[in-house]
Amino acid sequence: MADKTLTRMDLAEAVHNEVGLSRNDSANLVESVLSHISDALVAGESVKISSFGTFSIRDKSARVGRNPKTGEEVPIHPRRVLTFRPSHLMKDRVAAGNKG
Amino acid sequence: MIRSELIQKIADENPHLYQRDVERIVGTVFDEIIDAMASGDRVELRGFGAFSVKKRDSRIGRNPRTGEAVEVEEKAVPFFKTGKLLRDRLNGK
Repeated sequence: MADKTLTRMDLAEAVHNEVGLSRNDSANLVESVLSHISDALVAGESVKISSFGTFSIRDKSARVGRNPKTGEEVPIHPRRVLTFRPSHLMKDRVAAGNKG
Repeated sequence: MIRSELIQKIADENPHLYQRDVERIVGTVFDEIIDAMASGDRVELRGFGAFSVKKRDSRIGRNPRTGEAVEVEEKAVPFFKTGKLLRDRLNGK
């Protein structure tokens, strides 16, 4: 298994190669995709990208946690968390590509 | 928000681009993330989150209808961890 880490720059490079926009414009468009997704989530909307997956927001209620090192009880405040559910296509491709 | 609405928002902000190019751009971003994970790579998008691949060990599953034990092979599954900035923004920080 290769274990590279891709970043925004690699996504921008892919857009540059695919569409032929400048690297700078490509980078701005990648950023724009991410910020529209973030903004929708922050507004409480879920984001469903067909054949990729669904980002959704869940509300977690307050609970009492415990510092595992000291055993001390600490309150955990109610919060919103993001979950990502991959599409079947993504699951199948990731499973097939990492076999054995 | 769904894929087509995301494409529309980006098209509206970029009137100099053809709609079909915006579709290709958005498609390329998502395909590239899937391709990376299919090769076992991570995609780290600071402030947004990171996509990575997790291994699930093989296990003995059960056919829920018949109760029969079946061997489930080890497999790789996609995983997303929310970035700190987005996590904070979701909680109004």
